[in-house]
Amino acid sequence: MASLLITGADLLGRGPADLLVEDGVVTEVGTVRSAKGADVLDADGLVALPGLVDLHTHLREPGREDAETIATGAAAAAVGGFTAVLAMANTNPVTDTAEAAERILDLGRATGLVDVVPVGAVTKGLAGEELAELGLMHRSRARTTVFSDDGRCVSDARVMRRALEYVRAFGGVVSQHAQDPHLAGPQACAHEGELSGRLGLPGWPGIAEESVVARDVMLARHTGSRVHVAHVSTAGTVEVVRWAKAQGIAVTAEVTPHHLVLTTDLLAGYDPVFKVNPPLRPQEDVDALRAALADGTIDAVATDHAPHARHDKEHAFVDAAFGMLGLETALSVVSDVMVGSGLLDWAGVARVMSQAPARIAGLASHGGSLEVGDAAHLTLVDPAAEVTVDRGASLSLSRNNPWHGRRLRGAVHATVFGGRVTAQKGALA
Amino acid sequence: MTTSPHLLAPPARRVRRHLLSSADLDRAQVRAILDTAAEMHGVQQREVKKLPTLRGRTVVNLFFEDSTRTRSSFEIAGKWLSADVINISGKGSSTSKGESLRDTVLTVAAMGVDALVIRHHASGAAHQVSQWVDAHVVNAGDGTHEHPTQALLDAYTMERRLGDLQDRHVVIVGDLTHSRVVRSNLITLRTLGARVTLVAPPTLMPSGIGAWAAADGFELSHDFDAVLPTADAVMMLRVQRERMSGGFFPTPREYTVGYGLTRPRLDALMSANADAVICHPGPMNRGLEISPDAADAASSLVLDQVSAGVAVRMSVLYHLLAGNDEGEDS
Amino acid sequence: MLAPRDRVIRHEDYALRWSRSTSFNDLSCEAGKEVLAPVRPDSAVPRPVDASSKAPVTDLPAPSADSSRTVLSASDVSRALRRVAHEILEHNKGGADLVVLGIPSRGVALAKRLAAVMESVEGRPVPVGALDVTMHRDDLRRQPTRSPMHTDIPEPGIDDKVVVLVDDVLYSGRTVRAALDALSDLGRPRAVRLAVLVDRGHRELPIRADHVGKNLPTSGTERVAVRLLEHDGVEDQVTISAGESR
Repeated sequence: MASLLITGADLLGRGPADLLVEDGVVTEVGTVRSAKGADVLDADGLVALPGLVDLHTHLREPGREDAETIATGAAAAAVGGFTAVLAMANTNPVTDTAEAAERILDLGRATGLVDVVPVGAVTKGLAGEELAELGLMHRSRARTTVFSDDGRCVSDARVMRRALEYVRAFGGVVSQHAQDPHLAGPQACAHEGELSGRLGLPGWPGIAEESVVARDVMLARHTGSRVHVAHVSTAGTVEVVRWAKAQGIAVTAEVTPHHLVLTTDLLAGYDPVFKVNPPLRPQEDVDALRAALADGTIDAVATDHAPHARHDKEHAFVDAAFGMLGLETALSVVSDVMVGSGLLDWAGVARVMSQAPARIAGLASHGGSLEVGDAAHLTLVDPAAEVTVDRGASLSLSRNNPWHGRRLRGAVHATVFGGRVTAQKGALA
Repeated sequence: MTTSPHLLAPPARRVRRHLLSSADLDRAQVRAILDTAAEMHGVQQREVKKLPTLRGRTVVNLFFEDSTRTRSSFEIAGKWLSADVINISGKGSSTSKGESLRDTVLTVAAMGVDALVIRHHASGAAHQVSQWVDAHVVNAGDGTHEHPTQALLDAYTMERRLGDLQDRHVVIVGDLTHSRVVRSNLITLRTLGARVTLVAPPTLMPSGIGAWAAADGFELSHDFDAVLPTADAVMMLRVQRERMSGGFFPTPREYTVGYGLTRPRLDALMSANADAVICHPGPMNRGLEISPDAADAASSLVLDQVSAGVAVRMSVLYHLLAGNDEGEDS
Repeated sequence: MLAPRDRVIRHEDYALRWSRSTSFNDLSCEAGKEVLAPVRPDSAVPRPVDASSKAPVTDLPAPSADSSRTVLSASDVSRALRRVAHEILEHNKGGADLVVLGIPSRGVALAKRLAAVMESVEGRPVPVGALDVTMHRDDLRRQPTRSPMHTDIPEPGIDDKVVVLVDDVLYSGRTVRAALDALSDLGRPRAVRLAVLVDRGHRELPIRADHVGKNLPTSGTERVAVRLLEHDGVEDQVTISAGESR
């Protein structure tokens, strides 16, 4: 593999420097005088971050290859600046065995674009009753460390307790999709409040999330385990997590880009592109989530990239599928809303989009600080680029993009995975 | 019914392309529709019940949810205006398998349809359909959201008994959370200047109702007896016994005692206001939300509502379809 | 008050004028030019018109774009209606079986006035009502939707009656055609007659009025406005102004 010399990049906002990458490893940082035979990438005006890591992606393969495949999802991830994505287990069949996890690992490796890390189901078939083969999945080549029934909530307290205890043996973590099914059933699709009442849409109250998170952090304390809260959506959940961390409980949390910006008002037109689980919330919750991300109460940004075939969204709102695309727009949204408002600097972006997720997922070779010896996974960002999101220009197979037509400031310029440029300016390299 | 004043008043801003929500109509437009409905009512009394006005136009009733009463009302309304009316029963696809709603609707519209009258189990369905087709869309009931023509015919029927609804007190009682009739009635009655109080136990009031009431100028109460004496019209909504399993109220008996229009309440209403009117959009659960005596008092209005329904729907179809399509809001 | 014979002469004269030209188009001027002078109210003999010369025959200033000219004053209207009422009775040989239906909006007020005159002459009431024709028009799709107005058919209906339709201005004839359609849905009159206050020409259908208050040749770009006391709250008048074609 040819060497790669990146010149003049602003390293995590610390200041401009050159970076030399050889054989997939960062070998020099600073002022690099010469690099024989190296490809040169002029990064003047660009910010260099460690490669982005997504804790929460749905790649739909196996089972719904009409909506996305591991290959197309990986391409979208690369273009979005990601060098590692965690693939959720709610495929068909469910990823609840070692063999299923290894298959996903191998398909991801074959793309050569990102590290696809399979997430294992907590319960068999996501049924919420019996534990899946958590240990075997961890022992497999996939080394599964993060387990989640995402899509569904592990609502039975006893099952959640057992899962938390069990994974402690090998440093695993359970990522919980918090949704009490008795407070927010399968029909619930809009934040429960004045607007859902006017629109006649079944309400999804914030308390359905907060009550489960409160229970889970207490269980985590009781079992001495780690617990992770997926897609935090309410100010109430932030309060619970903040309290739990203050108690020293090993809880981590993620937030999606869409919950940092989009509000429930968008549902007034009944457009299913805005239907997502957990639902979009009011501005007060959005403000609380931004503040929590800035102060570290929320550790990471995770996309919850959820591709859907067109016909699954072209139904009446209550009948349409839940979920939004996110891989290709995540960095631009965070840049526009968090860096643009001064809530985060680029070092902060590195923290929430690379270092913290890598740490939570136990990915040793990702989420570094661009130092000599690190694996050469990095993302070059143009902080000044203005992009107008075009859903038609996506590498994903799906088009359920809530950002279509929006102008965002900041974009991925290039992605380097293991020393190779995988994507440049919105296209695969 | 009084005639429209023959003054040089500017014409009402024309009714827009669709009737999706009662909020689509301002006061002048509601007035125009109700006045035209009165003329249509006159047509119904004649031997020749046809008007040539919508000849050559095609109206499709696309009903994903059964409703013989509403559907036949729209069918007669279209036919008496000489439109060609077709009834199609849509397959409700509630899973992600099968033809999408959009595909179903586009297939129907491709036949060259001027108006689609849609009834669907999902809130917002009519609104979404209007984004996909060129035809005029009439919402005949979408989930728990709205039923604009029902509200218009309720207002029409009440006006015929009570006269001008400005400042009249209308009390609506029942399962507000799951009722599309109440949302539309609320809007139309407020548009006509009526004072509206919604009465229900807290569990049967939609979320955020307090903010909604404050914003839109109506009142809330959990105490039916306190509100009853000042009512000019009492509208009782059907309560579904299935709601009990959702824990919305403990037993039918408790519901009736607290929120039913019982015989004592009927007497109290009549002695406070002998001209008060009782409505029920139907079908009625005699003995649950409405006692047999009150139901019989209300029954006299139910038949009025049926003929009013055809007249009002003729008026709506006329106002949407008869004129040109220029200069309208999208 | 003119002697009956003079009135007949004037009527014939109008008929002559009418037959001399194929339509009022010949006598009316092209857009933007002058309009023939109306017959002055107190002259018994109509001013002769030279159809061959296009010289303006007017002693009133030509209307400019914004000005309007009164062609019928309140007393003119009153006299015309009285004459028309007498004509109707004369043609019908009395008031038996007459039903007078005004076409909204101003036709209704005119119908009531005619019925009142006829009642004073005959000594018994003449049934009068309103016939809204909106739902039967053939040009609905060319304009924004209009709300229909009130239809009121007096007892005992129109079957086997002589219906006199009354409207303020007769122009293209389409309103009257719609009225005939509307009538056919309501019953079967023995005969239908048409009385109008003003005939401004430019028929698009083979329709003619039986009784006319005033023949008013106009160009298509001119606007004829009728004001009636009970309808508009001002003194009766008919004005013509240059402007957009109606």
